[in-house]
Amino acid sequence: MMTQAINKLLIANRGEIAVRIIHAAKALGIPTVAACSEADMDSQAARLADEVHLLGPARADKSYLNVEALLGALKATGANAVHPGYGFLSENADFAEAVIAAGAIFVGPSPETIRRMGDKAEARRTAQAAGVPVVPGSPGELFDVASALKAAESVGFPLLIKASAGGGGRGIRLAENARQLSEEFPRSQREAQTAFGNGAVYLERFISKARHIEVQVLGDGQHAVHLFERECSLQRRRQKIFEEAPSPVLSPLQRETLCASAVRLTESLGYTGAGTLEYLYDDITGEFFFIEMNTRIQVEHTVSEMITGIDLVQAMLRIAGGEPLGLQQSDIRLNGAAVQMRLNAEDPARDFFPSPGLVEQLLWPNGEGTRVDTHLYQGYRVPPYYDSLLAKVIVHGADRTEALSRARTAVEHTTLTGMASTLALQGELLQQPWLHSADFHTGTLETWLAERRSGGAA
Amino acid sequence: MAESTVITPLPGVFYRKATPESANFVEVGTQVSAYTVIGLIEVMKQFSELTAGTAGRLSAFLVEDGDPVEPGQVVATLNDE
Repeated sequence: MMTQAINKLLIANRGEIAVRIIHAAKALGIPTVAACSEADMDSQAARLADEVHLLGPARADKSYLNVEALLGALKATGANAVHPGYGFLSENADFAEAVIAAGAIFVGPSPETIRRMGDKAEARRTAQAAGVPVVPGSPGELFDVASALKAAESVGFPLLIKASAGGGGRGIRLAENARQLSEEFPRSQREAQTAFGNGAVYLERFISKARHIEVQVLGDGQHAVHLFERECSLQRRRQKIFEEAPSPVLSPLQRETLCASAVRLTESLGYTGAGTLEYLYDDITGEFFFIEMNTRIQVEHTVSEMITGIDLVQAMLRIAGGEPLGLQQSDIRLNGAAVQMRLNAEDPARDFFPSPGLVEQLLWPNGEGTRVDTHLYQGYRVPPYYDSLLAKVIVHGADRTEALSRARTAVEHTTLTGMASTLALQGELLQQPWLHSADFHTGTLETWLAERRSGGAA
Repeated sequence: MAESTVITPLPGVFYRKATPESANFVEVGTQVSAYTVIGLIEVMKQFSELTAGTAGRLSAFLVEDGDPVEPGQVVATLNDE
């Protein structure tokens, strides 16, 4: 095993996460290089880093996704480690491999692990091998009603009949019971044959009211621990908007079972660094099913930090520098509750159309338990070339009620002018009774947004 | 022969085709209507169609495929023969 200390860190990312990584490196006494596109040379990260290296033009494929330019940056600056942040090349096994081949440290898991968990079928097999439940499905393709009915006994109803060659939501039929399955199965086969030229279908359990719950893990290659779970059910077009930790609906026993399964899977991988295991949680049966692993830091890692007091980005850097985890599971305590509200440069009144612009007035909340992760400053021009995340307002409280109450104050005490944003929408969201009673699933936010539009609630 | 211009209201990146493998939406010299899509503007990972706005013959592109654009920038010119 390579044990090499990090003496200079290249940040292969931008925006708020680049700033977040600089803070963590600073706390550990590691000098930083901000690798920036032409559009980001006056960014907050460029201002805060010890050095700035120009990667290339604004377009991401010519800068933040340009492996050659990033390897050039390593060479030119003498940095011996790369933190990829999230998005861009953070889950690109070839990039991780290239960094290692260049003699530097990739802050994250091994390229083999990234590749393995990036392949959905392989990730499912890995989870099953570690005894982690996955969404129940037929073991393979089915060719007649009798075998479908037999497979349905273990899959359970309601279930989906899915075309093997389908995708993007096409070629899917719902069956609530055996009678419907008998009727729908041949139809599905014919439909699949007509639509995709391949009549092969399989069965998968349908979870009508699923929550998205994910477990934060940290591993040093030998041991792994969890930092409890996050509830991220409030999504629009699969983009999370509002996240919290812990999940408001799990019992202590469910939490223990879920988090232990995540640690089991993480240890079976010999995982190094921070990772997240995503699960679907069935509100009706109380079952949870692994869906995928993200082998990087996530946008919403902050709420896990708030409830455990552990700095995840610092932990990633220490582990990458060869230090052991130095944490036992019993050292990690769940303290209170935290929520994160994403402020995006999007206009909710115009179907979330992007709204880059010049930051005019800017005032952040600073009440107790309140944290803001952002790359904005007054007079900063938000470039149109990258994602729309402007800031994350994160609030901690002794319990969920206090966290939500502080969140309302935090939103009221935030001023951001110069562009449309999701700030006011977060304020409105915090007034919804179903948010306070935690009565939601992954479809709730979109339903609410649609009702809000048609109901004329301005 | 009157000239008119196609202006982008949005900042972002201008593309002349839907995907790197596709053909261009329109070629120089093509007759277009007000509703003809001449390109896409990518802003914060969302794509919006840019239409000609007026009918005419597309006489020139002032922006290359994949170039950054600013709001108000002239992307192409049209003339009405």
